[in-house]
Amino acid sequence: MPLTSEVDAALTELTREHSGRVLAILASRFGSVDLADDAVQDALIRAHDHWPSEGIPANPPAWLMTVARRRAIDLLRRAESADRRLLASAPDLMYEDEPDSPNPLVDDTHDDAAIDEQLRLMFLCCHPAIRQDAQVALTLRLVGGLTTEEIAAAFLVPTPTLAQRISRAKAKIRDAAIPLAIPDDLDTRVDVLLSTLYLVFNEGYLSRSENAAQRLDLCVEAIRLTGLLATLLPDNPEVAGLQALMSFHVARRATRFTTDGELVVLADQDRSQWDDDQIRHGNAMLRRAMALQDPGRYQVQALIASYHTNATTNDETIWKRIVGLYEQLAQMDPSPVVALNHAAAVGVAFGADAGLDLLDRIDGLDDYHLLHSTRAALLERADRSEDATASWSRAAELTTNPAERRLIERRTG
Amino acid sequence: MEYMIMLHSEEADDGPAPGTPEFEAMMGEWMAYNQRLIDGGHWIGGASLAPSGSTTTIHKTADGNTVTDGPYMETKEVIGGYYIFSAADLDEAIELASAVPIPHGNIEVRPVAFRPDAG
Repeated sequence: MPLTSEVDAALTELTREHSGRVLAILASRFGSVDLADDAVQDALIRAHDHWPSEGIPANPPAWLMTVARRRAIDLLRRAESADRRLLASAPDLMYEDEPDSPNPLVDDTHDDAAIDEQLRLMFLCCHPAIRQDAQVALTLRLVGGLTTEEIAAAFLVPTPTLAQRISRAKAKIRDAAIPLAIPDDLDTRVDVLLSTLYLVFNEGYLSRSENAAQRLDLCVEAIRLTGLLATLLPDNPEVAGLQALMSFHVARRATRFTTDGELVVLADQDRSQWDDDQIRHGNAMLRRAMALQDPGRYQVQALIASYHTNATTNDETIWKRIVGLYEQLAQMDPSPVVALNHAAAVGVAFGADAGLDLLDRIDGLDDYHLLHSTRAALLERADRSEDATASWSRAAELTTNPAERRLIERRTG
Repeated sequence: MEYMIMLHSEEADDGPAPGTPEFEAMMGEWMAYNQRLIDGGHWIGGASLAPSGSTTTIHKTADGNTVTDGPYMETKEVIGGYYIFSAADLDEAIELASAVPIPHGNIEVRPVAFRPDAG
């Protein structure tokens, strides 16, 4: 009998690394995400039940493909209301003389068609006709191979709520006939995909959770899925831009919190502890993106992050360049949050008063804690400590992240 | 797949008067759109509706019916017309619905679950 730890590792790898690809291939061949999902889930359950006693198959992904495909055909045959068209084509979906155990040397889940099919599945999960919270859940579940329980725990919602969110989205896919297709308006749709992945990343990076300031598991998933998207769309500069941005952010993960769980602002982080491999990776991705000469908001954000992460000390940061990049970003994304970051950079580059002037012109962020903590920090720089305390208090009321609250509370004394 | 397209827009603007060149231009766009649906084999049905002020609502309960003047829901945007067309999938339906020549407003795309006279 194999070691339990080996089986567990193999099962985790199968689920996380391969189940999304197998699901994408089956969804495309059978024309049904529901059926493909059920088949893959059943096959994974079978792996959990049998591998500990029977051993790990020589080629787990090929095993999953074979077992899930057979299961899909079984499910089709058993369904009373079986779609005749699908049923008629079922024999074509079986290999002729399929052996009982898959050939360990043939893994047909890695051909070029699989790339296309995975991309279609990602576009389906992030279709604009699906609500964003459901896009996130579907992507993690179907593409990322996370369980409903894992996603529910990561986003702090009860499992039944998340299960319902997924089943409603799957019902909409079915009832409204959302296609598994490569869209014509590729750039717009890639943008939706990137927003979803960045949302997952940010939820991990600075969690809204009361219990954990940072949830690296979510960051890791977001990075993994963005990496997958990059292999599927190697010439898309924004995908590479988002990869770079995520790398620069996670490079600083060890220095963002004190041992007491208090948030450490960028200027006070111990730069010697930053992850050089991640910074190198970020720089490489950014170079690749910029070589394609088609700027976009993720590339500009990555460039801003690169000026921060590549500066050896906080004082060496080229703030005027960062101000210029925020201006460029504001043209692409004229949101109040970008205006806030621009004002913060101006406050450092050109003096606190200039930054405060810009802050006063921002509308619609009165309930956003970072507006108030940014104002507080600028007021401190301008030696207006009384006003600063009032702003810190307002920020403390509004934040839900425990590490941020600790930092703010210490500042307000 | 069949979809019903509901066109919601504000009624305040009456649009150009019949007989003017602007009216002809507007009608031309609608005729061209209808022709596109017919030529593409999408057309099932559709209509432009009279102003919402002409609506009558029947409220039906176990105790009987009451008839009242006006639409069921008083909203700024009202349904001015609808189409029912066939499309391969939601992406095609969105593409077709986006081409409806209303100058502004909201276009609702909803799958048809069952249509008794479907061929």
